[in-house]
Amino acid sequence: MTKTALTNMGESIARPTGWAGFSADWTSDQRAFKSASWGKVMIWIFLLSDTFIFSCFLISYMTVRMSTTAPWPNPSEVFALTIGGQEIPLILIAIMTFILISSSGTMAMAVNYGYRRDRVKTTALILATAAFGASFVGMQAFEWTKLITEGVRPWGNPWGAPQFGSSFFLITGFHGTHVTIGVIFLLIIARKVWRGDFDHERRGFFTSRKGSYENVETMGLYWHFVDLVWVFIFALFYLW
Amino acid sequence: MVDLGSVEAIPPAETADVELYHPKSWLTKYVFCQDAKVIAIQYSVTALAIGFVALVLSWLMRLQLAFPGSFAFITPSSYYQFITMHGMIMVIYLLTALFLGGFGNYLIPLMLGARDMVFPYVNMLSYWIYLLAVLVLIATFFTPGGPTGAGWTLYPPQAILEGTPGQDWGIILMLISLILFIIGFTMGGLNYVVTVLQGRTRGMTLMRMPLTIWGIFTAAIMALLAFPALLVGAIMMLFDRLLGTSFFMPAIVQAGEHLKYGGGSPILFQHLFWFFGHPEVYIVALPAFGIVSDLISTHARKNIFGYRMMVWAILAIAILSFVVWGHHMYISGMNPPFGFFFATSTLIIAVPTAIKVYNWVLTLWRGDIHFTVPMLFALGFIVTFVNGGITGLFLGNVIVDVPLSATMFVVAHFHMVMGVAPILVVFGAIYHWYPKITGRMMNETLGRIHFWITFLGAYAIFFPMHYLGFMGAPRRYYEMGETAFMPASAMTLNIFITIAALIVGAVQLAFAFNLIWSLFKGREAGGNPWRATTLEWQTPQTPPGHGNWGKELPVVYRWAYDYSAPGADGGFLPQNQPPAAPASRAAA
Repeated sequence: MTKTALTNMGESIARPTGWAGFSADWTSDQRAFKSASWGKVMIWIFLLSDTFIFSCFLISYMTVRMSTTAPWPNPSEVFALTIGGQEIPLILIAIMTFILISSSGTMAMAVNYGYRRDRVKTTALILATAAFGASFVGMQAFEWTKLITEGVRPWGNPWGAPQFGSSFFLITGFHGTHVTIGVIFLLIIARKVWRGDFDHERRGFFTSRKGSYENVETMGLYWHFVDLVWVFIFALFYLW
Repeated sequence: MVDLGSVEAIPPAETADVELYHPKSWLTKYVFCQDAKVIAIQYSVTALAIGFVALVLSWLMRLQLAFPGSFAFITPSSYYQFITMHGMIMVIYLLTALFLGGFGNYLIPLMLGARDMVFPYVNMLSYWIYLLAVLVLIATFFTPGGPTGAGWTLYPPQAILEGTPGQDWGIILMLISLILFIIGFTMGGLNYVVTVLQGRTRGMTLMRMPLTIWGIFTAAIMALLAFPALLVGAIMMLFDRLLGTSFFMPAIVQAGEHLKYGGGSPILFQHLFWFFGHPEVYIVALPAFGIVSDLISTHARKNIFGYRMMVWAILAIAILSFVVWGHHMYISGMNPPFGFFFATSTLIIAVPTAIKVYNWVLTLWRGDIHFTVPMLFALGFIVTFVNGGITGLFLGNVIVDVPLSATMFVVAHFHMVMGVAPILVVFGAIYHWYPKITGRMMNETLGRIHFWITFLGAYAIFFPMHYLGFMGAPRRYYEMGETAFMPASAMTLNIFITIAALIVGAVQLAFAFNLIWSLFKGREAGGNPWRATTLEWQTPQTPPGHGNWGKELPVVYRWAYDYSAPGADGGFLPQNQPPAAPASRAAA
């Protein structure tokens, strides 16, 4: 079929410049992203798609907030907790945000130690990330419970526009699902790191692909994305 | 500059050859198979089968329109259910699945010189979730109340209110089926995009890819960005229906009773739907554009005219199609400046589209045109697409769209441009690649009969509809009844359209027969019956074996359209044909 490739035919290859160079780089041979593996490109494109999902959710929330005729409940009051006889607005949400952003820090460290082949520290840091994530979900469950006991439902609430409850449960629920899925995968990755799968390139149970420490980074990209989305939800739903 | 025609030095392989999953049993080889070629066939057969259901539904609708009241089982409710299911199946479950899941899976790895998709396991899941979505969709026919009759656009509030057919289960299962489809598609779509970006063989730069791959690749990216809007719309509508939220529901009084809904925005759904819906048109059209480019070039034995312009036109169409969705909503009470914006962006899309049509025509210009069956379908596509595109320019203008919007004119327009045109490409592509997939040619005579009846029949069906639309015949109506502005001849025209539709539908059975008959009795095709240059025709085995390429991956030395090579054997040079040694070296 094919003969041996001519890898060098003697001519020097002139590098195009300007827009032609831009186009030539992007359309280059074999791979468009020279330093990225298949998995990493896949997760970036997936996250781009997921960005569109969350954008649609948030824009839809803003639209119904404009379209509804009933007054919008004040989030500072709704999400306040009474601690020691004093009502502190948004205190729980502030703690949740702090925890989730901290988990991004431990995740980044886990990736770093992963590439240094430090099995123990990587595992510990991934587990810490998972614990932060789980406590975030736990606090969200607490917040949901509190609001439900106060009478907030997807179809209505005591303070005004029913869209408040619908948007709240929909958006935080969809985000919480992302965090929960993330925690599950963090635990799976932690187990793989601990067992040394990535050191021995053990093959995946379903995919039969060789494991590598890059999986920790791929996981990290997803986790940072989930955190970043939370910042937008925090700003647009709770602070607005 | 990237010189398309000339031969450059080939860099060494950047990544190690992949190890494939090797099936160990019959079940993992033919059913739960990770090989993109098998997945492609699974996708195609499922899509064609469900498409046949939609074809039968269109027959029933046409029967009702021509002979109102003659069929007891076609009630107004079931008529709306037929419309809804016909539209939804044809657009999403047939065309999207067939172009991306079917042709995408088969052609991307082969045309790029890859062994398989980059994530074969996820690719397999994609098909099974798609199948589940189809089964859920079919299930709506057997639920109490039947499938939803909300129209394929599923506009709220009527889609979920009592009085709309299928309000019980139909709409719920429809939304669930759409959500499943999107999940399944995302799994496949990531594969298609990453394989094109990262999985090409040595020498296959993006600017050497066949236009088929450019079309499928761009469409897959668009789908990954457009389907999220539909997913969000479907989830929120499911909440409205099941939990009683009011995302899309304003305050409504029905039968003197104040419903529990209030404060939502029905227009929001229209925005979400069409932010998906308009790119969807091009998700279907771009693969068709790409495939047609390759069919024309191969069967006219001529290099494609303006390859680089073709690529940029595809990308320009993709980007523009995300800012035109409002032209589906001119009659929603849109702010006039928005109408102006959307009309302008819509008309601008005509520019890259026209570039493509000119380039096809110029490719044909003085070519060595072989009127093979795939070529006939490709030519049929160009004519039909121009026809549908021109009525699109009418409808892109607010002032023309407003009176025509709810008439048969729109039905004629979108059937021409995204119904008939892409399906002609589907047929052409099947006739073209069938020899590679099965090793046998399809029957030529049957193919010609299939083409001429389908092509002429489609015009017999949809040309008169433009006329009906101008007279004011409304779309979506169960029957016209006695209407002052409709002459009696319009009724005759309806009967004519229905007879044409029945004939066109029936001839598809000849196509189905041809598919099966040729599998066993077709002429042996050999490896490259069309003398084509692209890589899928250069495989060591036909049909290609597991891993596609035997021991060594092909190396690409040239673009995909060397059909007019002087002195070459047969006048064409396959992409993996090494160049003759440079003259200077030969002298030394």
